[in-house]
Amino acid sequence: MNSNRRQLLGAGAATALLAFLVGRSTRLFAQAVDVENAVREFLGAETTAPDGPLSLELPQIAEYGNSVPISISVQSPMTVDDYVESVLVLAPRNPNVELATFHFSPLSGRAEVATRIRLARSQTVIALAKTSAGHFFRAEQHVEVIIGGCGA
Amino acid sequence: MAVRARVKIPKRVRAGEIFTVKTLVSHSMESGERVDPEGKRIPRHIINRFEVTFNRVPVFAVDIHPGVAANPFFQFTARIDTSGTFRLRWTDDDGEVTELSRDVTVEDG
Repeated sequence: MNSNRRQLLGAGAATALLAFLVGRSTRLFAQAVDVENAVREFLGAETTAPDGPLSLELPQIAEYGNSVPISISVQSPMTVDDYVESVLVLAPRNPNVELATFHFSPLSGRAEVATRIRLARSQTVIALAKTSAGHFFRAEQHVEVIIGGCGA
Repeated sequence: MAVRARVKIPKRVRAGEIFTVKTLVSHSMESGERVDPEGKRIPRHIINRFEVTFNRVPVFAVDIHPGVAANPFFQFTARIDTSGTFRLRWTDDDGEVTELSRDVTVEDG
């Protein structure tokens, strides 16, 4: 092929690559902002949260991202004076970053829940807990996802 | 709502005993991210809220987003001191509600 066509093809390919990279980094940036907003809204005035009594269980490797078992537990007296109010779970690399918020009460007995989530790709899942006494906890667990759960 | 829902909960417990409740509801939980064979986006349609009360008092609830897997499963715990009725409600994006109730008796309560 002549050099003009070659140049045009080269320019076209370069533009496509650039558009892809910009699109991808825009999505990653948007997801990072979503995570930050969700965390900030949940923590309110707090800036950090230790893990402490919050434990987050996820498989290290998940073959199918469309159904990944997850289990969360927070050690707490679960009395009217001191109980876990809510736990927020985030998947930073999913199209929808917020997965669920669990609300507990003293009638829960324990602040524990097990469910199944969708993970679009390998990522570090984040859990944040808030107690009625105003304490916050945070835990993370990385999951390698073999086949992403489309529809996450 | 025509979705099928199942609950596993004990019929009798001791006062103050912590017991496990398992729930499962049939729902495709269409996230709104999928595309049909013609390339058109399949609209979102999920169950977005699950609420459990005991004698009308809130026990447990979940704000549910598209990242919860299809056929939502939730396992949680509860403790009660008197006999009564658990009500479990699943609400979807159209506002349709599926509700189940289960009586639990407290022995020598």
